[in-house]
Amino acid sequence: MTTVTTVTGKPPFEAVVARHGATVLRVCRAVLGPADADDAWSETFLAALAAYPRLPGDANVEAWLVTIAHRKAIDITRAAARRAVPVAAVPDRPAAARADGRDLDLADALAALPRRQREAVAYHYLAGLPYAEVAAVTGGSTDAARRAAADGIARLRKTYPAFVSPDPEEDHDDHQR
Amino acid sequence: MITNDEPDLIAALPPVTGTELAALHDRLVRDAGAAGLLDVAYRTLDTPVGPLLLAATEDGLVRVAFAVEGHDRVLESLAARVSPRILRAPGRLDEAAREIDEYFAGRRRRFDLPLDYRLSAGFRRTVLSHLPAIGYGHTVSYAAVASDVGSPRAFRAVGTACATNPLPVVVPCHRVVKSGGDLGNYRGGPQAKRFLIDLEAAA
Repeated sequence: MTTVTTVTGKPPFEAVVARHGATVLRVCRAVLGPADADDAWSETFLAALAAYPRLPGDANVEAWLVTIAHRKAIDITRAAARRAVPVAAVPDRPAAARADGRDLDLADALAALPRRQREAVAYHYLAGLPYAEVAAVTGGSTDAARRAAADGIARLRKTYPAFVSPDPEEDHDDHQR
Repeated sequence: MITNDEPDLIAALPPVTGTELAALHDRLVRDAGAAGLLDVAYRTLDTPVGPLLLAATEDGLVRVAFAVEGHDRVLESLAARVSPRILRAPGRLDEAAREIDEYFAGRRRRFDLPLDYRLSAGFRRTVLSHLPAIGYGHTVSYAAVASDVGSPRAFRAVGTACATNPLPVVVPCHRVVKSGGDLGNYRGGPQAKRFLIDLEAAA
């Protein structure tokens, strides 16, 4: 009864938000901590909406969103650093570990990682980007991204004892998408 | 897209709730509207002829779609033909939803909404812009509409214009029927067309 017309083109942006919104929020929380994550998410998706018509149809949307989120996170961190006048440099560990390490939950433990490790863990393990794409987002080599993620995971295990990988042998393997 | 090689890492992180995402979505809709980036806003509306998809540009209502058309497919078509900057944003459709509700309740006989006719062009657009002149509760033939728009032999093209009306219900193509009394094609199917004609006859 209805004429089915096949439309080739990119999906409505609403579908992008529905598909990737939760993952990008996890990434923003991991990289920035929960307080700034909502702002980072909002700025990321607004910038993505603006640029969406120009995105090539075959682009990896998740990697594209993570790239935007990465830049927004840097902007937000810098703005916070400017507001915090007495701090001379951007602190590598914005959420300093508490004295009683056992009380840290995983989100706190993640926030306490050095920035490079935090980014590598978030972009690889939460967003699912292969290390080559993690490196493309953060700069540096693929090997450096892999090392940063591995170091981050190792450190998480120390600061967050409940966190135990079921198969430690595979920790350093790049996964297949 | 979540990797499976550290499932306990994923599981141990605080969950992202639907409420949190809904609040962020609302904020995105507000920010997008303020920045002039919300090219197409949409919502669905339950009616006696099934859920209708309502979509509006900044210029006005651009598409009304029946469930049988496949709302997802209609949104994909809008992405290709108007803009992919599309969000579920009911606010822009508040007035359209209110007037359509009133229409189905028998309390409204004409729509007073800004309409965006960009999905129809040429002769079809000429036909569609003539249709609101057909009074509530009346039906006319395709041939009569063809005469009214000055192309008396173009009744088949009038039929096509009505059958592809991007704004059914609001632009009343359901008031155009075949000369013999047959209903003719309708985007929402013959039962929906029958329902609208009967609704207007009863009111």
